Amino acid sequence: MIAVKNLDFAYNGSRRILSKVAFDAKEGQCIAILGNNGAGKSTLIKCLNHILTPQNGAVYVNGKDLRKYKRNDIAKHMAYVAQRNAADRFTVFDSVLLGRKPYIKFEPSQEDLDITKSVIKRMGMESFALRYVDELSGGELQKVMLARALAQQPRILLLDEPTSNLDMRNQYEVLAAVREISRKERISVIIVIHDLNLALRYSDRFLLIKDSKVFAYGGREVMTPENISSVYGMPVAVETVRGMPTVIPMPEAIR
Amino acid sequence: MENTESYKGYIRHKRTFILLLIVITGLAALFAISAGSANLSVKEVVLTLFGQGSTQSHIIVFNHRMPRIVTAIVGGIGLAAVGCVLQSILRNPLASASTLGISQGAAFGASFAIIVLGAGVQNQTADAVTILNPYMISFCAFISAMMSTLVIMGLAHFNRVTPESMILSGVALSTLFSGATTLLQYFAADVKVAAVVFWTFGDLGRTSWREILVMTIVAVAAMTYFVYNRWNYNALQNGEEAAKGLGVSVERLRMIGMFICSLTAAVIVSFVGIINFIGLISPHLVRRFIGGDYRYLLPASALMGAVLLLLSDTVARLAVSPIILPVGAITSFLGAPLFLYLIFKGVGRR
Repeated sequence: MIAVKNLDFAYNGSRRILSKVAFDAKEGQCIAILGNNGAGKSTLIKCLNHILTPQNGAVYVNGKDLRKYKRNDIAKHMAYVAQRNAADRFTVFDSVLLGRKPYIKFEPSQEDLDITKSVIKRMGMESFALRYVDELSGGELQKVMLARALAQQPRILLLDEPTSNLDMRNQYEVLAAVREISRKERISVIIVIHDLNLALRYSDRFLLIKDSKVFAYGGREVMTPENISSVYGMPVAVETVRGMPTVIPMPEAIR
Repeated sequence: MENTESYKGYIRHKRTFILLLIVITGLAALFAISAGSANLSVKEVVLTLFGQGSTQSHIIVFNHRMPRIVTAIVGGIGLAAVGCVLQSILRNPLASASTLGISQGAAFGASFAIIVLGAGVQNQTADAVTILNPYMISFCAFISAMMSTLVIMGLAHFNRVTPESMILSGVALSTLFSGATTLLQYFAADVKVAAVVFWTFGDLGRTSWREILVMTIVAVAAMTYFVYNRWNYNALQNGEEAAKGLGVSVERLRMIGMFICSLTAAVIVSFVGIINFIGLISPHLVRRFIGGDYRYLLPASALMGAVLLLLSDTVARLAVSPIILPVGAITSFLGAPLFLYLIFKGVGRR
């Protein structure tokens, strides 16, 4: 589905942010990108759909080099939810409808309206569909942005810290919804996330980034205390609680 | 279906608002044509417009008042649409033609034409300057107004420039042009300075049908381009990265948009002088009623610009008739309190 080969990126020729990053993801898989602040996680996710253009390397979607796609066509394959979202004077419905932009020629078709409606329903936002997004809470806004991305009907969903503004319950609800949709509609999800336990619960594969390079990539087997400690510079234990591997930070062990 | 139905209902509300603005523009235009030192009744105006009026009313309507009113409508539409688009592409609620140094550039060009190139000549009998060559003034004002934009675009071309640095460059260039204008005026004769000041006031009575045609062509072309890109502006309202994720070529949209906005504003300003606030306030006022969706915001702001400029000009003509006040002063005078009101009512929240 998506294959990333030897991606290099640096902002305006300054310090290299990404160096020879390579990984791939299959249909319906959820990949968590993990690493310290400033490790290049957000830069990586923006390189994937060419919001930032990598200096070297390439991204292949269904075997086709992304550089051969027009920007509008990339938007039909990949949807992106930014870490911070500007809320303007748009209603929830219009904000989600904007996800249909890559498909709209002049005015939205009935199909565009129907897809928007069904996404709003699926995300449980019908009660505030006609409210302005600048009046919503951070969590509600995040849901709207996610709904817009789903309205794009992408094959790949790129999420940059989608749960950072959400309370505990909303974090689990939103990720569970994403996971369900991704499994049902075979959408690959690539997600930058700080909460390792959320990552463990909802992701299939884990891309650990350290010093702008891929430190480890694989299934749960790469989420060892040694790997995590090395990437985050913090001792951790990984224990199984109620059948789920759980990361327990051990700050007291730092000397 | 409930959602789609209520959605259609609320779209109807926006369309009704636009329709209302069209009606208000028409009524304001009728009133503006009928009001003035030679009072015509609205009935007479309507008859004249349909070719049934007297010769005298025909002359008053078509030679004196219509050019002024059409200028107000076209100028208002142009300036407001430009402000509306600049606020999106520069991602700044304060963006308008003056933010990019267009007004100050035009003022410098006009000063240069009057003071250095002698487009205005001192009238020996009356203590005033007669403008001999209005085209030279408009031409210089236009070139100078565009210069500021071309410098900003040039900077952006060589190095990726953010909207913030574009606006700051515009402010810097505005200051540069103001300084240059002041220097020119400092060494010029009093009457020429007076002519420059008079030019910068903004006056809708300077245009003949030929200039109106040029303004209309530019405004219609710009509006067509803007309407074509309305979904892109919508996407950009949600941030640059979000817009790119939705398939918008942000850099290209910004550069072309800036060029077209500057061109439109420069043409209008070089024909009618500096008119502040219309481009800034119209989109903010409309946003309050129908939200930030550019499909409706753009045409509604343009119409709001036409209404505001038309009403300001009518106030300018009638307030201390027969003296005609400079319309630029009226737009600022009425615009500023309105703007403050909007700010304190919490409009333009981002």
